[in-house]
Amino acid sequence: MVKKKENELTWKDLEIGCIVTEPGSAMAYRTGDWRSQRPTYDFNKCIKCGLCAIYCPEGCIKPNAEGHFEADLYYCKGCGICARECPTRVITMVEEEE
Amino acid sequence: MAHKAGMEVSMAVSEVVALTDTDVVAAYPITPQTHIVEHLAELVANGELDAEFIPVESEHSAMSACLGSAAAGARTFTATAGQGLELMHEVLYVASSMRLPIVMTVANRALSAPLSVWGDHSDVMAVRDTGWIQIFTENGQEVIDNVICAFRIAEDRRVLLPVMVHLDGFNLSHMIEPLLFPEHGEVKDFLPPNNYPLPLDPRRPVAMGDFGPPVIYTEAKWAQEVNLQKSYDVILEVWQKFADKFGRKYNPVETYHGDARTLLYITGSFSETAMTAVDSMRKAGQDIGLVRLRLWRPFPFKEFRKAVKDAELLITVDRAISFGGPPPIASEIKAAIYNEPKKPKVVSFVGGLGGRDIHVDGFETIVQRGIEIARKGSQNEYEIFGVRE
Ligand code: SF4
Ligand code: SF4
Repeated sequence: MVKKKENELTWKDLEIGCIVTEPGSAMAYRTGDWRSQRPTYDFNKCIKCGLCAIYCPEGCIKPNAEGHFEADLYYCKGCGICARECPTRVITMVEEEE
Repeated sequence: MAHKAGMEVSMAVSEVVALTDTDVVAAYPITPQTHIVEHLAELVANGELDAEFIPVESEHSAMSACLGSAAAGARTFTATAGQGLELMHEVLYVASSMRLPIVMTVANRALSAPLSVWGDHSDVMAVRDTGWIQIFTENGQEVIDNVICAFRIAEDRRVLLPVMVHLDGFNLSHMIEPLLFPEHGEVKDFLPPNNYPLPLDPRRPVAMGDFGPPVIYTEAKWAQEVNLQKSYDVILEVWQKFADKFGRKYNPVETYHGDARTLLYITGSFSETAMTAVDSMRKAGQDIGLVRLRLWRPFPFKEFRKAVKDAELLITVDRAISFGGPPPIASEIKAAIYNEPKKPKVVSFVGGLGGRDIHVDGFETIVQRGIEIARKGSQNEYEIFGVRE
């Protein structure tokens, strides 16, 4: 038996069959933790075509305030597909150092 | 009032499923379970049972459709056998882990190869660890009574687990027996409406069978295990309530001359032949009785230990081989009593494979051989009964 830390669920806290009763709660899951590379942008070259957003398997790319398409790093898994698909080579993947 | 009718046990299963007002049947026909599904299809087609009958393309789909149906809160039934049970194997775990109250009858059948449509318990043993409540039956009345009980056990808020009712292929599924059928109203009284607490409902969305990373999987599995263990008390309660209403009482461990010094163990319909063998051996002056598990999961540890503790010798007969290992039920029985201060010696046999009968004289031979092995010892983990040398 292990003593639980704060904010951790014990087996008694689970709903029957681990049913999740809060819709959309997967939004809280930080898949960005999986990332070993991060997309970086040279927005001068961006033609705002949105292809990166269509190809991103995580669905985490949205236009920012200037209308350039940018990844939400909370979810971005660093797969590099956006960088490969961008027709004007806006995106460069760099190592996550820390 | 109950009425008595002579009927094939498979068809009787369908008739009692109809009495429970089952909402959904999703099943694929396979020998020796076919008549159960066929007759249910007939009852639905004739308007005698107001249910959705889903004629799926495989057993994997049958169990998958049952998941959805039970998750939506519908009373759900299916049936299978042998290879069909194997084909639904992975989905069986999902049903129990997601706590879905599905009832399934399994007309126990041997597994291929060589292809055999006949009965033994290889299919049961392969699904031992799937997290289902599992009940063995010995005659037609026990089958239909336990199908009714199975719905009440499965749907109880304290349980919410799927239940398998095992009946031996052909030896039970195809037997025509005089059976007592309760009336529709009596079953309705006994079986409250299914009221699944967190059904799939667009007005109150839930997600089932989600992703369980290492941070939660152990907790999820332990919750499931505690739940299955705790279902034990509810099973006893339901059997007691059934006895109060219908006058027939079922127990997790059944005995016949259970105080004898030598006990024979067998599972399922063969136990009725074994009882006749016990009668004839007792007549000849032998101190012998019979013990068998009615409840396979959750395993009735306490009751089983109590039932065998005063015996000197327990002779087990498994109707399945665990290739390269001990006979499956024998191994569980031995494990259950190993730490007991007072316990019988255990001698194990395997027999009755793939529809091979064990007759009265067969059980007598097994018992005499078992006693001989207990006296002289043996190099073998177990012996196989009835194999031609
Ligand atoms: S690296 Fe992959 S996950 Fe991240 S934004 Fe690009 S396509 Fe999406
Ligand atoms: S694919 Fe390239 S050019 Fe098109 S929106 Fe994305 S970053 Fe901009």
